[in-house]
Amino acid sequence: MSTATAQAAETAAPRQMRFRETRRLVRTYSRSFSSMVGLVIVLIFLFIAAFGPLLAPYPEDAYGAVDFGAKLLPPSAEHWFGTDQVGLDIFSRVLIGARTTLQIGLTVTGIAILIGVPLGLIAGMAGGWVAETIMRITDIFLSIPGLILAIAIVGALGPGIGNAMLALSLVWWPGYVRLVQAKTLSQRNETYVDAARALGAGPLRVVFVHVLPNCLSPIIVKASMDMGLAILGAASLGFLGLGAQPPYPEWGAMISTGRAYLPDWWWCSLFPGLAIYFTVLGFNLLGDGLRDVLDPRQR
Amino acid sequence: MLRLILKRLGLMIVMLLGLAVITFTIANVAPGDPARLAAGPDASQEMVEQVRAERGFDKPVPVRFFIYLGQLARGDLGTSVYTGREVARDIAQFLPATLELVLFSITIAVVFGIPLGVLAAVWQNKAGDHGIRLLAVSGAALPMFWLGLMLQWYLALELDLFPLGGRLGVFDDVPPKITGMITIDALLDGDPGTAFTALWHMVLPALALSLPALAAIIRVNRAEMLEVLGRDYVTNARAQGIGPFRIIAAYALKNAILPTLAMIGLRFGWMLGGTVLVEGVFDFPGVGLYAAKAAVSSDFEPIMAVTLILGAAFMVTNLLIDLAYALLDPRVRNQI
Repeated sequence: MSTATAQAAETAAPRQMRFRETRRLVRTYSRSFSSMVGLVIVLIFLFIAAFGPLLAPYPEDAYGAVDFGAKLLPPSAEHWFGTDQVGLDIFSRVLIGARTTLQIGLTVTGIAILIGVPLGLIAGMAGGWVAETIMRITDIFLSIPGLILAIAIVGALGPGIGNAMLALSLVWWPGYVRLVQAKTLSQRNETYVDAARALGAGPLRVVFVHVLPNCLSPIIVKASMDMGLAILGAASLGFLGLGAQPPYPEWGAMISTGRAYLPDWWWCSLFPGLAIYFTVLGFNLLGDGLRDVLDPRQR
Repeated sequence: MLRLILKRLGLMIVMLLGLAVITFTIANVAPGDPARLAAGPDASQEMVEQVRAERGFDKPVPVRFFIYLGQLARGDLGTSVYTGREVARDIAQFLPATLELVLFSITIAVVFGIPLGVLAAVWQNKAGDHGIRLLAVSGAALPMFWLGLMLQWYLALELDLFPLGGRLGVFDDVPPKITGMITIDALLDGDPGTAFTALWHMVLPALALSLPALAAIIRVNRAEMLEVLGRDYVTNARAQGIGPFRIIAAYALKNAILPTLAMIGLRFGWMLGGTVLVEGVFDFPGVGLYAAKAAVSSDFEPIMAVTLILGAAFMVTNLLIDLAYALLDPRVRNQI
């Protein structure tokens, strides 16, 4: 046997194993009905977020066109979800609002991971007063109800969708510090990490090649759950008038505007709320399913 | 036990200091001139300068922090720019209503959540279990302000089963203030009718507020029950012919309840935050509505004060839960 084929066999074997592992995970995941429902909802949501302006029957209604002739029409074949107080098609606005919602979820979760994961790694690896300081600060942040802190931050910076996202991100990172620190602590003294150290791996290599990949599963699971929670949080801020400002097509703000038109014009607030519910439900079920597959001990 | 309490109290003081640092930082990174904000939009330049000197805004940041701590220690939470009222007095007025609502909500969540969690575990993978789990996943995904609106629309406006909002009807007499919680005050006053009216007013907001907590309690309790029901001592109890009800109540639930207890403490804090959303929907005059109004008008000191107070309330709850944990579980007690 030549060395080339030996090498090829060596690289093929792990690849095949990884393929088999992936297939096993996919099969386990798809066996759960609720996980599949979650996946389907999330895929539909992503599709709408990507193509919302093309799917919407009245895309110009998203950003403050006005048509008083068609105001407060009930749901019909022409306007599936009815129209609002200035005659805007609510179905179009809900579809186009999906993109805003996705942006908010990704930004908040992304920033929280970017702040929380490095801090968690440092706290887990460093130990001593560094870890103590990081963890105490984390505890303090975790001891304030998140929504209240976010409101305080938006109150300081002024209402608006950018500030709302910033506030939510600043509230969200401590959860990741806790998670990653605990995981790092448990990995730090595993035999394989000791072996890597004994083979001369530096601290950076240990962290990025050995410890971090083993923290990925719980981070992915938490991120999926947090997408849903961040979407809820942003909608809550929008509802309070602290997030996106009407006529911007954001679901929470739409509910807030529609509130004044209950009970006779119920469709103004019913449909945006349903959109939030199904989106959050989708991400929660997806997160549950991923946890069952990736991190079965964390139940 | 005493050592544990002292240790936790000490930790709580440190955490409270940290909380004050956070609110102080937020207040100080706010764009704009704090003196002008505090003096109000119509103040003249002289008045702004006067406020600046009065409240110490002209001093360096660390000095200002200690002035802030001093104010907090004296119970001075600042003044609202818009109403000119003392924040501490406002909060003292509104906090009992919020506590009453949150206590009622957490009671609903516990009273329904624990049995539902147990039933779901007992009926694992049967129709009942699926139904309860659907309730649990929905409860975690429903925006509570929207749920509140929908309940109000359907049950109060359409069916007229419940009042629209507020704590009591316009023509009801408010009982003499003792605790500030109307149900308790009315009972102390020997007026169960008013207590019931007040409770009736809280049903819809409490339902909206309790659903996420209910969902969480069901989830945790179901998972714990499933685990405990698989343990050897439960099998053993079954083999001895002990009835299923007794096994669940006396053997399994007792051990499954601890993680649920921790979850209840956590959810208490989230509910305090949730009042900001729900109280507005039902025009319920508590600190949540107060904070929401203040936040929309960028009225600074009330928001910071509410953050502090609710943060402190959350810390106290967690302390109590930890102590209860230690009382119930000797392993936790001996660890410390």
